[in-house]
Amino acid sequence: MLEGLTKSLTESLGSLFRGKLTESNIREGMQKVRQSLLEADVNYDVARDFCAKVTEEAVGERVIKSLNPTEQIISIVFQELINLMGPVDHSIEMRRGELTVLMMCGLQGSGKTTTCGKLARMLKEQGAKPMLVAADLQRPAAIEQLRVIGEQVGVPVYSEDPANSSPVKVCQNGRKAAEKQGCNILILDTAGRLHVDDALMKELIEIDNKLMPHQAFLVCDAMTGQDAVKSAKAFNDALELDGVILTKLDGDTRGGAALSVKAVTGVPIKFIGLGEQLDKIQPFHPDRMAQRILGQGDVATLLEMAQDKLDAQEIERQQERMLQGKFSLDDFLASMQQMKKLGSMKSLLKMIPGMGQVAAALDQFDGMDPDKDLKRVEAMIRSMTLDERRNPDKIDRSRRNRIASGSGTDPVEVNELLKQFKTMAGMMKQMAGLSMVDKMRAMGDLQSMMRPGAAMGMEKQRSVRGPVKRDEIRDQKKKERKQAKDARKRNKKR
Amino acid sequence: MGLFDKLKAAVQKTRDILRTDVRDLFKSGVILDEVKLEEFHRGLIHTDMGVVAATALVDEIRAKCGGRTVQPSEIWDTVRAKLKEILKGKGDAVWDANRPLSPLKQAESGPTVILVCGVNGVGKTTSIAKLANFLQKNGKKVVLAAGDTFRAAAVEQLTMWAQRLGCEIVTKASGSDPAAVAFEGCDKAAQLGADYVIIDTAGRLQTATNLMQELGKVHRVIGKRLPGAPHESLLVLDATTGQNGVNQATKFSEAAGCTGIILAKLDGTAKGGVVIAIRQLMGIPVKYVGLGEGIDDMQVFSPDGFVDALFGDA
Repeated sequence: MLEGLTKSLTESLGSLFRGKLTESNIREGMQKVRQSLLEADVNYDVARDFCAKVTEEAVGERVIKSLNPTEQIISIVFQELINLMGPVDHSIEMRRGELTVLMMCGLQGSGKTTTCGKLARMLKEQGAKPMLVAADLQRPAAIEQLRVIGEQVGVPVYSEDPANSSPVKVCQNGRKAAEKQGCNILILDTAGRLHVDDALMKELIEIDNKLMPHQAFLVCDAMTGQDAVKSAKAFNDALELDGVILTKLDGDTRGGAALSVKAVTGVPIKFIGLGEQLDKIQPFHPDRMAQRILGQGDVATLLEMAQDKLDAQEIERQQERMLQGKFSLDDFLASMQQMKKLGSMKSLLKMIPGMGQVAAALDQFDGMDPDKDLKRVEAMIRSMTLDERRNPDKIDRSRRNRIASGSGTDPVEVNELLKQFKTMAGMMKQMAGLSMVDKMRAMGDLQSMMRPGAAMGMEKQRSVRGPVKRDEIRDQKKKERKQAKDARKRNKKR
Repeated sequence: MGLFDKLKAAVQKTRDILRTDVRDLFKSGVILDEVKLEEFHRGLIHTDMGVVAATALVDEIRAKCGGRTVQPSEIWDTVRAKLKEILKGKGDAVWDANRPLSPLKQAESGPTVILVCGVNGVGKTTSIAKLANFLQKNGKKVVLAAGDTFRAAAVEQLTMWAQRLGCEIVTKASGSDPAAVAFEGCDKAAQLGADYVIIDTAGRLQTATNLMQELGKVHRVIGKRLPGAPHESLLVLDATTGQNGVNQATKFSEAAGCTGIILAKLDGTAKGGVVIAIRQLMGIPVKYVGLGEGIDDMQVFSPDGFVDALFGDA
């Protein structure tokens, strides 16, 4: 999400903490932090204040004398980032026994209509009965767009002919219609407008006065530059916003707007939009965002997603098989299908601490797409017979060649897969007993192994026979020598 | 209203910020110290022109007049000259205010194809309507191709514009292949003997690889129908966009070989300064600017006008 910012912050913090920490190199590093914040479109004043605050704390004696100044400074930057973006409360308060009215507003093209659809879908899933009101009479076909979205999520949409109606009228009639139909939440999709357009801002205030929406949300494009602060402020002055929804965060924007909007207006960011599909909305978590910024990954989201999407029974079944040492290629295939539900490998990698850079590195090498590799693996397994999947040891050269030609791969690749599977099955046996959280921790340990150069210290792995078992080999050789000696003796006697 | 008055009005806010700030800073006989340079830096950053370009400008001023007593005019000359130099580039783009079509390349024979792309919600469809209106006013026959087959009601939006403008439009069912729409658009334009065909595309984030590949396909398919096409590949950029605009320009150029930018929504308080960074880094020139939601709110870009309006005539 914010990989760009993460990268340059990591770079600047990296150069900052080589060697001894002094006041001058803290200041130098903070200069870099400020530049990367500015490059991420954080408002100039916000970036300046942020850096001043961190510098002030970091320069204090406490840090310089502490045992691990690097970690301490990172934790200060982290904490300040959280403070800057939080605290946040992402519940939408429902009025009891009364129609709750939500109003969406924002600049043109910030994603209001799509966000309305996403919110309606989310509320519907939570058991509410939402209704959408098409109050955007300005843009051609805006009403049509909302109607299509309403159909997709199965939520009623109220609209009127734009020729003889006004936004205020549509909203008022929409409210009546909602009450008649027994809906309990009404979402008003207003037209996009510039914060300097007085006539349209007045219209918005009029809707606000007549409808008295319980909550007003500003929809803000995450790619906005320095101007984000100004428009958010103007909308906040006109309406007293209750929250901001940040959209288009699935791009490579560095999302500085998230940092500055909250800091300048005091309006919390409630949700983030991560794509055009109507389920791509998530609550905003400042700590997760800050973690990503500092390259600490987003394990919390990954865990949530895992619990949400994975089939618990299927996993349990697989774990049992692993424990019994019966984990077959068939099960491997099934678990791969489960993994796929979570998204692409690359997006998963980005969420695991420290793996963000691995994912970025993969982007640079065309040949190294883990998702592509997975597809090949799947093809290979599907080219095996059931018997072969259960007893991979059975696969000899002839079978290997058949599998390779069946899956459009090379026999070498099949061999590689079988080898990897063997090592993996062993690993899984160990992991199976752990809880989900412990597993994540184990992944963290894995990370240290992934560090370039770490492999050099490892014992050489014998590709064919597996790891060297010195004692066993010694005993084996001894036995062989003895047998040979005995054989020689016997031959002599004859 | 003069041709640049509107543009001037649009960037009035910037001008105010910069003029007041800098006038305070650079009163004749004022010593230019680091604090004042910092303030100037802040003003430049606020235009979204980018940290690198702003820092370079400040460094230049620092080298030229740091620590000296300065005349405001001296500073202005430096800044304006520098920005104009960046925006004009090496004479690879023409902006003739009297010939509104001068920024556009033309096909030697047959219809000229203009491909329009950009991220979601920057104002592609509105910009296309404005451009079509522009061309029609200059006596050109225009065909539109509704290539946004993804977003709900995007085709309807463009169809409404086509009806209002009275020009031909090629549409296909929602969810069909945008490349097919583009191909048919070119086909129809060739049949009707139209002068221009403008192809709309769905908004896409530059990080969505598969969608960018789809855009590349549209670009290729057009070239197959009409060799040499598209003659213009315009990226629509939201003036409120910050530094992400540079990424957008990079990725869209890779996929669709952008030849120019339409800078939309310049009528707000945003400055669109990121085009300076884009011009500097990638050499893509701005060709038109959008100044409002009305069909006539579009003008030929002018580097001199843009910079002068940005900084006023101080």
